[in-house]
Amino acid sequence: MIELILPAVASCIVAFFVVFLMTPPLIKFLEKRNFTVKDVNKKENVLVARPGGLSIIVGIIASEIVLYTFLQLNEILVILFTTSIAFVIGYIDDRKYFKMHNQRWFKPIALAIAAIPIIAFGAYTSDLAFPLFGTVQIPILYLALIFLMIPITGNTINSIDVLNGVASGFMMIASFSLSICLFITQNYEIAIVSLPLGFVSLAFYKYHKIPSKIFPGDSGALTFGAMYGAIAIVGGVEIIAAVALLPAVLNSFLFLSSVKQIRGKPVEHTDDFQLKATDDKTAPVTLVRLILAGGSLSEKQVGFTIFKLGIFSGILAIITAFMMGVSL
Amino acid sequence: MKSSLFGFLFGMWILILIGGGIAVTILGPFSISGFGELDWFIGSVIKAIVAIILVIIWILILSKLKNWIFRKEIKS
Repeated sequence: MIELILPAVASCIVAFFVVFLMTPPLIKFLEKRNFTVKDVNKKENVLVARPGGLSIIVGIIASEIVLYTFLQLNEILVILFTTSIAFVIGYIDDRKYFKMHNQRWFKPIALAIAAIPIIAFGAYTSDLAFPLFGTVQIPILYLALIFLMIPITGNTINSIDVLNGVASGFMMIASFSLSICLFITQNYEIAIVSLPLGFVSLAFYKYHKIPSKIFPGDSGALTFGAMYGAIAIVGGVEIIAAVALLPAVLNSFLFLSSVKQIRGKPVEHTDDFQLKATDDKTAPVTLVRLILAGGSLSEKQVGFTIFKLGIFSGILAIITAFMMGVSL
Repeated sequence: MKSSLFGFLFGMWILILIGGGIAVTILGPFSISGFGELDWFIGSVIKAIVAIILVIIWILILSKLKNWIFRKEIKS
């Protein structure tokens, strides 16, 4: 355990400062080339640089390489390959956004490819661990689960990336919760491998928080989600990871359960540009729409409500991690 | 509304715990014999089908729970 402190500290410093220092020049670069999108939740015509996935992936790669020089774990390579493939998929979607936004199945299918390194390296066990009851061995189903999990985690983070700072802030809460859970379950090496995700999210949040200077884009959101999913599989904490991600899962669930009727807009603006849930029956039910059901709120208030839900889920995940050690 | 959301998340968590219990107590010890080397494969396929049915039931219960908790707010 003691010998892991130096790699942990070094990788966290690299993760944080690479993103912290690289993002401002990336913002200037993107703005210079007109890679900007309108921030639809601002009254003024505010253009925000997009995508910020490049600084996120560089931060992750740099910090995990630092860890690999110390630990030489195959799991680190698996996480690196899976995350990098997800970044490339997201970047393709970012660059060809206007041509591909109607192809709804591109990302889920392409993200399944990102799961291949996990299987190729055999960096998983087919035991699915549940709290209180123990483990169940599901060899065939587990393979399918791996191919499903990366697209699910990638797309759930992408689907929650609707307001300034929410994707990176929520990822920071969920990934630090997951790291704590990995320490509780005494999976120390993977816990340390997971820490850079939280520090990368923290550094990116500095520029993504309201008012955003940069959006992560699909490349950033899918990178966050795929790395989170890969850590969950490699660390054998799939159920705990799902619990920590519950608000994002809830958002996807609500969206998909109203998928037949998606036509209208779920949220609109008041005269003073606060967010307000619409009465449109053809609009999807989303997490933001439910938060706004009680009345209009500012973008910042909605974001903080999502963070509170993330902290609540993180606490449930930590309780779940403690329950893993208890057997009925 | 905000407290309802926390309640719904808590409900999802409880359902995960119950689902885990069912998966471990029913699916875990399940095995099949009489098919020779295919025992393992057929057993896994049956486990996979039962697990998928459990997930579908989980989603249906969540849908009901969603409608029950957010009945007033969701006018869909």
